[in-house]
Amino acid sequence: MRDIFIARLTELAKEDDRIFLITGDLGFGVLNVFSEQFPEQFLNVGVAEQNMTGVAVGLALCGRVVFTYSIGNFPTLRCLEQIRNDAAYHDANVNVVAIGGGFSYGALGMSHHATEDIAILRAIPTLTVTSPCDDWETEAVVEHLARSSGTSYLRLDKSSAGNTQREGELFRFGAIRRLREGTTATLIATGGILEEALTAADVLAAEGTHVRVLSVHSLDPFDEAEVLAAARETRGLITIEEHTVSGGLGGLVAETCLEGGVPPGFFRRVGLRDGFASEVGSQQYLRRVYGLDAEAIVRTVQAAARGDRA
Amino acid sequence: MSTPKITELSAAELSRRVRKHVLRMTNLGGSSHVGSAFSCADILAVLYSDILRVDPRDPAWPERDRFILSKGHAGAAVYATLAETGFFDVELLESHYQDGSNFSGHVTHKGIPGVELSTGSLGHGLSVGAGMAYGAKLDGTDSRMFVLLSDGECDEGSNWEAILFAGHHGLDNLTAIVDYNKIQSLKAVPDTLELEPFAAKWESFGWAVVEVDGHDTEVLRDVLVGVPLKLGLPNCVIAHTTKGKGVSFMENSVLWHYRTARDDEFDAAWQELSGES
Repeated sequence: MRDIFIARLTELAKEDDRIFLITGDLGFGVLNVFSEQFPEQFLNVGVAEQNMTGVAVGLALCGRVVFTYSIGNFPTLRCLEQIRNDAAYHDANVNVVAIGGGFSYGALGMSHHATEDIAILRAIPTLTVTSPCDDWETEAVVEHLARSSGTSYLRLDKSSAGNTQREGELFRFGAIRRLREGTTATLIATGGILEEALTAADVLAAEGTHVRVLSVHSLDPFDEAEVLAAARETRGLITIEEHTVSGGLGGLVAETCLEGGVPPGFFRRVGLRDGFASEVGSQQYLRRVYGLDAEAIVRTVQAAARGDRA
Repeated sequence: MSTPKITELSAAELSRRVRKHVLRMTNLGGSSHVGSAFSCADILAVLYSDILRVDPRDPAWPERDRFILSKGHAGAAVYATLAETGFFDVELLESHYQDGSNFSGHVTHKGIPGVELSTGSLGHGLSVGAGMAYGAKLDGTDSRMFVLLSDGECDEGSNWEAILFAGHHGLDNLTAIVDYNKIQSLKAVPDTLELEPFAAKWESFGWAVVEVDGHDTEVLRDVLVGVPLKLGLPNCVIAHTTKGKGVSFMENSVLWHYRTARDDEFDAAWQELSGES
């Protein structure tokens, strides 16, 4: 995702000299694709995320389309107030990019686990919040953000759901994508962890249980109609996110269904609970430990379909 | 490039009017920070009468200079300055801090022509000004950025990120003015977090620094007309000021960071600002 992000942004910068990339001293061996071609559109501000975001706003208010780049929680939580007050309140064209959603940097420890970002950022008014699942969605989201106004957040993941584009499929920003069809349940996932949902769906299909799978690349704006359709047309909903269950995708889906007057037959949130992840390991390892992997999703679907209590 | 005058008022007369507006606005709205607004009234008056290349008839003119009030709590003084220099009607000031008004206690750009940046949380303005200055350098424009900070605000670490950044990039089109009245929210600056040696700190970060009397409008004008103080260095003007300047019983008093002048206090302050005492 990271490489495709920078490759696409470099292409876009060729056509639009307003595009400007700022890093907080991260992206070794990654950002040089961009910085060598467009040194006048690139800046390393050093290890100073508050200033990075403020400088981005200053550039954006004078006409540039700015992307700030760092990893984990650094470009978001570290400078949250700059995003809220300086960027979003001023409708500044600042696009905050974090590589390392969820447990992408699982072995680096708690500081590098980006597991509350979606909940926190989606609470900020006017902010566009995106979390693509694979290279194709990433490319399309970057293109959309570069061509639209306002402030946004792009959560990039080390994992990827592979190539989920179906033959002839066109990307519509904001529209939830339906990747599998079935009625036993709907699996609703955001980000690279969609790969676990797809694997689970395949395992269940082999047993004769068919589930619908939805990919949510945009949490704000949010495709409420597609979620309500899933609540109406399938037996229940299961949300999947490499993120705390508090206020993230699961919360968003629950809010949507209850306010929309379409309570799902059952509802489960696959996500992080019960404190910080102090154990370290690879993304796959931590998904297994914390019950976010395909196996855990399969068990959740089976239990919910049997009518077990959550 | 010369600066086209946007007001016929002298800086001294402009600041006198601004203080009277601020006294009345804070009284009507029951708001705080009158001491902070009085402290920087002369700086604002000099900027808008003699320095800033801005156009009240075209506030979004792309080549304009930018002024950012980073110490957003002195918003009343900026609103009054903008009204007196023709950005909007003076009568609108009466809605300050009232239900349904756009004129919030901390300065906002929403619906108010001439305000570049909404602030209120300290330590935000200088980075934004630095970004604007960096962009102007890339574009080769003559636009200049002026950011007004409070002394207490310099406790915020984000400022020092911006100071490091501007020094590194030699942003001589950026000027930070520190309203150094030596009093912050609860106590005096030296009793809270000592800033001294203050000028040396800025200098060591690669800035050209000048210290001035922040109430002497002629000296302020001469210094600000002269920026960049040194080619290739960002500018820091440390303006030594008096909190509550202009009303004897408000001067140098922590109390008037938050207190609102009412009844007899209002009358006495009004008389002093009107030159009647």
